[in-house]
Amino acid sequence: MSKVLVVLETAGNGVRSTSLPGITCGQQIAKATGGELHLLVLGADPAGAAQAVAAAGYGAKAVHVMASPALEPFTAEAWADAIVHAARTLGATHVGGTATSSLRDALPRAAALLDAPLCPEAVAVKSGDTFTRPVSAGRALLDLKVKGTPIFFTARGTEFEAPAAGAAAPVAAMAAPALNNLGVQVLSIQKTESARPALTEARVIVSGGRGMGSGANFAHLEKLTDALGGALGASRAATDAGMVPADLQVGQTGKIVAPELYIAVAISGAIQHLAGMKGSKVIVAINKDAEAPIFQLADYGLVAKWEDTIPRLTQLVSAHRSA
Amino acid sequence: MKILVTVKRIPDPDEGLKFTGGGLDYSSHKRVPNAFDEYAVETALRLAEVVGGKDRLAEVVVLSICPQGQRQHVTQFLAMGADRGIVVDAEEDSLDTIAVSKAIAAVFKKEGADLLIAGKLSQDLEGNQVAQRVAGLLGVPQACFAANLAWDRAGKSLTVGREVDDGVEVKKIPLPAVVSVDLRIVLPKSVQNGATSPDHAYNEGPRLASLRGITMAKRKKVDVFTLAALGVASGGSEQDVAVAAPPARKAGQMVGSVEELVEKLTKEAKVI
Repeated sequence: MSKVLVVLETAGNGVRSTSLPGITCGQQIAKATGGELHLLVLGADPAGAAQAVAAAGYGAKAVHVMASPALEPFTAEAWADAIVHAARTLGATHVGGTATSSLRDALPRAAALLDAPLCPEAVAVKSGDTFTRPVSAGRALLDLKVKGTPIFFTARGTEFEAPAAGAAAPVAAMAAPALNNLGVQVLSIQKTESARPALTEARVIVSGGRGMGSGANFAHLEKLTDALGGALGASRAATDAGMVPADLQVGQTGKIVAPELYIAVAISGAIQHLAGMKGSKVIVAINKDAEAPIFQLADYGLVAKWEDTIPRLTQLVSAHRSA
Repeated sequence: MKILVTVKRIPDPDEGLKFTGGGLDYSSHKRVPNAFDEYAVETALRLAEVVGGKDRLAEVVVLSICPQGQRQHVTQFLAMGADRGIVVDAEEDSLDTIAVSKAIAAVFKKEGADLLIAGKLSQDLEGNQVAQRVAGLLGVPQACFAANLAWDRAGKSLTVGREVDDGVEVKKIPLPAVVSVDLRIVLPKSVQNGATSPDHAYNEGPRLASLRGITMAKRKKVDVFTLAALGVASGGSEQDVAVAAPPARKAGQMVGSVEELVEKLTKEAKVI
């Protein structure tokens, strides 16, 4: 009997929305193997979040909750030890979660401690041991078969829908093992403060590239972004040029996003950028260069300067949305 | 202080992919160093050198797993300024991630290194797991996705700014430790070693090898180990079952005006 353990991250008294696609991936593995889904909630005082997860159920056999002050703030060192302990205690055959920056940090460390393989950034479940994952900046899809116990995985958040809630699942407390964080200290987390939705969660994203010319010009894109109720993004060329903060970068080495609408403005469309947004449902490209590669990918292309289009587009969008 | 830097050669990511018989054919691809590994070497060099002085604060050793006759990338990094090289003689594509991680951990121990610096991922397979695994195998702290770092030599620790989903996390880790580096580690002032002036602005990106560096590289020592000598088996936990090009997107359409675009987005795509 397979036991699929999905690790969740919490936000206040709930689960982080970014953790949800990992549950869906776990459900699919449990289904493919005829096994059980188990959820694991970690934190200093995660009881409230565990209750919220249990109420939604998600088809899980149980929601395991492990509390320890060493688990907050997140460190890969303590989390990996906690995950290893939970995997051993439950006899998990699979261990994974969404490919967030935290789980990309902690799960490979945990896998090494168990001498186990890990399939990173899965976008589809082919069977209990075979997963599809993009390689080479999304230019190829590899079906990777992994052998070992347990099998670790991270699921790319943009490729799995949020799971449907189900019947409530029981909460099971699991005592935390001795957690040694090896002397590391998290000194601060400089969060990007924004009234806008997070890039990885936004329904609409407006991204600007080097062709915007300066950081000040991004104010025009911000107006359009806000008219659409979306998030602002950028290409690596724009973040490297210091026009906007680095954490707005969309691409192979930045955020992977898949909103319903992605508007690329003055972005030429380097492979590395495309790798981060090609999963978007509808892609609009606005670029003055008709030869820009971004047009190959766009559902709607407009060859024009941003200066001549963005203010008018903002106006029309505002009018439409207030109508 | 001894810094070990892992470097990998990969098929040139700027060349197109060739799909053949359910696999990828890289046989005609030029092999180039993985860009993140160039950043890792640059990071190590900035930690080790004192700009404007002659002191070296650390020895920089580059480590690669590759057939020993195909180590041009190692020579390239020696020319860039690394002090010596280590090659684990094996066909890298034949090893699984577990074996690669074990081999690196074994070399780290054998060398008695204080710090491993790795690129956060290789651009071909995008695994993003080797640094984390090596830290786990060694039982030492890790700071992954580093955008900046400062070395406290007296306190034998590093303070690392890490790129996380919702911003930058600042993590202090005692040495020995493992760091994986992200793109912004090569910005002009991202690496501080407490000896080079904090005002010194490096050129952005990894440095180019100087002519002198290229000449010197040939004289630098490169040790060659086998997997067996490191006590590591090649492993068979990963198997490529199939490779395919991603499905093409439906062909798009060009519009002639902002008005037409809004019309399409509201009536046809219905996304606003």
